[in-house]
Amino acid sequence: MLTILFDGIAYGMLLFVVSCGLAVTLGLMNFVNLAHGAFAMAGGYITVILVNRLGLPFLASLPLAFAFTAIIGAVFERTLYVHVYTKSHLEQVLFTIGLVFMSVAAVDYVMGSQQQFVSIPSYLQGQINFFGVGIGRYRLLIILVCGLLTVALQFALASTRFGARLRAAVDDARVARGLGINVNAVFAITFAVGSGLAGLGGALGAEILGLDPHFPLKFLIYFLIVVTVGGTSSITGPFIASLVLGIGDVAGKYYVPQFGSFVIYTIMIVVLIWRPQGLFSRAVAK
Amino acid sequence: MSALASLPPKPLVATAAASLASRARWKPAEIAFWLATVASIFLLPSKHLILTEIAILGLFALSLDLILGYAGIVSLGHAAFFGFGAYAAGILAKYGIIKEPVLALLASGVLAAALGFVTSFLVLRGSDLTRLMVTLGVALVLREIANQLDITGGADGLQGVVMEPILGHFPFDMFGRTAYIYSLVTLFVLFLIARRIVNSPFGLSLRSIKGNPLRAAAIGIHVNGRLVTIYTIAAAYAGIAGALLTQSTQFASLSVLDFERSADVMLIVIIGGTGYLYGGLIGAVLFKLVQDYLANVNPQYWQFWLGLILVMMIMFGRVYGAIMAALIFAICTWTRLPFMQSIVFTLVVLAVLGIARPQILAVTSRITERAAAIQTRLRARLARKPAER
Repeated sequence: MLTILFDGIAYGMLLFVVSCGLAVTLGLMNFVNLAHGAFAMAGGYITVILVNRLGLPFLASLPLAFAFTAIIGAVFERTLYVHVYTKSHLEQVLFTIGLVFMSVAAVDYVMGSQQQFVSIPSYLQGQINFFGVGIGRYRLLIILVCGLLTVALQFALASTRFGARLRAAVDDARVARGLGINVNAVFAITFAVGSGLAGLGGALGAEILGLDPHFPLKFLIYFLIVVTVGGTSSITGPFIASLVLGIGDVAGKYYVPQFGSFVIYTIMIVVLIWRPQGLFSRAVAK
Repeated sequence: MSALASLPPKPLVATAAASLASRARWKPAEIAFWLATVASIFLLPSKHLILTEIAILGLFALSLDLILGYAGIVSLGHAAFFGFGAYAAGILAKYGIIKEPVLALLASGVLAAALGFVTSFLVLRGSDLTRLMVTLGVALVLREIANQLDITGGADGLQGVVMEPILGHFPFDMFGRTAYIYSLVTLFVLFLIARRIVNSPFGLSLRSIKGNPLRAAAIGIHVNGRLVTIYTIAAAYAGIAGALLTQSTQFASLSVLDFERSADVMLIVIIGGTGYLYGGLIGAVLFKLVQDYLANVNPQYWQFWLGLILVMMIMFGRVYGAIMAALIFAICTWTRLPFMQSIVFTLVVLAVLGIARPQILAVTSRITERAAAIQTRLRARLARKPAER
């Protein structure tokens, strides 16, 4: 029982780290990036290459996965995404689906269509027995890393100068521009960090979520649920949504496997009908 | 003002009726289009299988065009109705509930319409984004249900569907000739109905809702009622398209509810152009031909090129984007670049094009202007000739 709760929390934390970048792009730039999962996939495959082929230690490869994905994200943002910000949601969806198709086919060719596994060092395998509750070491690491990241994100958004600029741009990009904030640069950095976090999440989650070329399509709906249910105006909304989703999904698959992912899809639809702006949203001035 | 005054005074109703009638008039290009499809039955006997697929895809795209192009409802889950119709037709035939294919087709359409009616209330609220998510969610829920139920065969698909002859006289043959004619007739009949719908006052009111729902409501249009109606009709169309697929292939699998199917049909409508019925049909022809060609060149990885076409079309507009994507593909093919290098090459070109986008757009818009100028000049010359005679 507690083990399931623990696994669910780990799963939810993972979902949060992957999807918070999407929450920011959707909330900040009003941009629907269905290709977000592709960045997570990129992070996963970068880790696979670094650890399995180049023999780097697993923990050292995590920051590298973050950095590489952030760079890829920045390049794409500057060259391609920047042209699509002002287009309609439908066009953004088509554009990013195109990118997903490209990434799936390219990764399929380069890495092969079979599922990839990261070789996790021995000190992260197995379970610790904590007052009778079996806790997976790897999941403990995930919770620690993701928990730290969440705190850091919350701090960066709430208490730093950059965070203040970001929030200003969220509320009203035009006025922010008028105040001398370089909104484009804020966008670019935020996009890069969001992609990097997705990459890190993909790297950590390769073991739990499973990594194959169809990753961006398979988990697209999970990221979207987190963002749509959690709302896009804060970090806490998506955070709570991912925890609920993670625990619900793990528990659901364990206790009522015949329902599968049916439950979470239904929850998403109900929430969207009930509160189209998400559960934890404030009134948007736009 | 002067232009208005020079018009002969006409009762308003008669003017409106005339404008509706002029919209509904058959144009020579339309007649040519349908004659060409009839000719394809006899001229391309070896291609009937792929032509059937095109006809079904065209019907499916027509269905999406009804809600997207006319009513402005975006959907990322239109496969829900396609798949529902496909499974309905399969189950009806397999368990011998309705054996005659045409009746089963109608029944599947009615069932899909019922589903469309129920889910239509979900798309009335919220922004485009909410609609995209909700429709996507509905399709995923249905896929999950089809995956779990015993009656649909789960992941193995619905096997053992045996079709009776159509109307008791025309058995499905091996070469797909019957299936093709059957699909074409269905497509044509449904197209006629759709054409009647969009050219009616009801169709015009849909366009006004798409243009501005608030104003449409202000001039007395019952916006939600109209949207529910067209969504239900479109669902019936998609369901019939799905049923046609099951009946012609005698098989239904989970792929009829895939996200890719919803994305593909969206792409088809965008390629062909929204809001003029033929867009979906032309898009379906182009899409299937391109897909078939690419799948021959790059059997496993053709989706890469499909994705490239999408990206380019959004960045540089429909026509120029498609041309540029085709150019990149042509360069990769002609130089016999291995796929690995093609990926790298394409990404580099994409980045360069992205940086140079303002300049490229300036060039393309100049080309468009020039072309438009030539067109008006030609038209003026053509219009002058009969008068001189």
